[in-house]
Amino acid sequence: MRFGIILAIVLAATWLALSGYFIPMILTLGVISIVFVLWMCARMSILDRETVPYLSVPLTLIYFRWLFFEIVKANVQVVKAVLSPDLEVSPTLTKIPYANDADVARTMFANSITLTPGTVAVNMENDHILVHALLKEMSNPEDFVEMGKQSAWAIGEAVRET
Amino acid sequence: MIGLILASASESQAVSLHVDWVALITAVASVVSISAGLFFVLAGTLGVLRLPDFYTRLHAAGMTDTLGAELILIGLIIQAGLTQMSLKLLIVAFFLFITSPTATHAVAHAAYKAGLKPKLGKYKAPDVDGGLK
Repeated sequence: MRFGIILAIVLAATWLALSGYFIPMILTLGVISIVFVLWMCARMSILDRETVPYLSVPLTLIYFRWLFFEIVKANVQVVKAVLSPDLEVSPTLTKIPYANDADVARTMFANSITLTPGTVAVNMENDHILVHALLKEMSNPEDFVEMGKQSAWAIGEAVRET
Repeated sequence: MIGLILASASESQAVSLHVDWVALITAVASVVSISAGLFFVLAGTLGVLRLPDFYTRLHAAGMTDTLGAELILIGLIIQAGLTQMSLKLLIVAFFLFITSPTATHAVAHAAYKAGLKPKLGKYKAPDVDGGLK
């Protein structure tokens, strides 16, 4: 029930933000769509934390700000490597240990790794993630510990340590 | 966009040069942001062309759709100001942050499952003067 209300609010906000029209007919269509989506979700009984992760969106946005600066740093490294005349790269495959069981946290962590240029999550196992790195110095497992903590915090799985 | 900058600094009928500072700063900031984004897109494209194998090329492509696309979007948001358009652009930027790594991972994972072996170890661009093999 709680997730149903959250989903309805989010859907309404999305509709209003994307349409920008406030005439009765469009609003009625919006209400009909929202009710239909809610009914379908309830019918499939998928109204839970995983389908409706919107409560942690503010945390995720704060996390994205942190991630953005990481991305800028990594981008500069990759640009330097790619534009250097020698094109000196040292591709490596590394196993990054990661123990969190929650699917959302794992997805967030792997997505953050892939989003950062120079590292791509290639394979997910239960206790580690196989990461392909463009430069050898990017594949230090210790460097990913901070990102693991931050990404777990971003979806509300852990308390932030500063 | 140059036109925008010039327009914001257009001379009024009086002798004094009338400058709309807010419009000027907005235009300059968005031009700088979009140009930086274009630089990263260019570097990413060069990387895709220059790097040796599939996995390393993914990194260069990733550069294009993170900083490249995001900086261009930020530039457009600055230009649009506080409108519904910039809200939509913000949503596009947010979705790009979620979907582009998912797609990259799907491609990389498919290649890994299909048994494509990555080139590992040091790699250097072949020497052009010595003749390409």
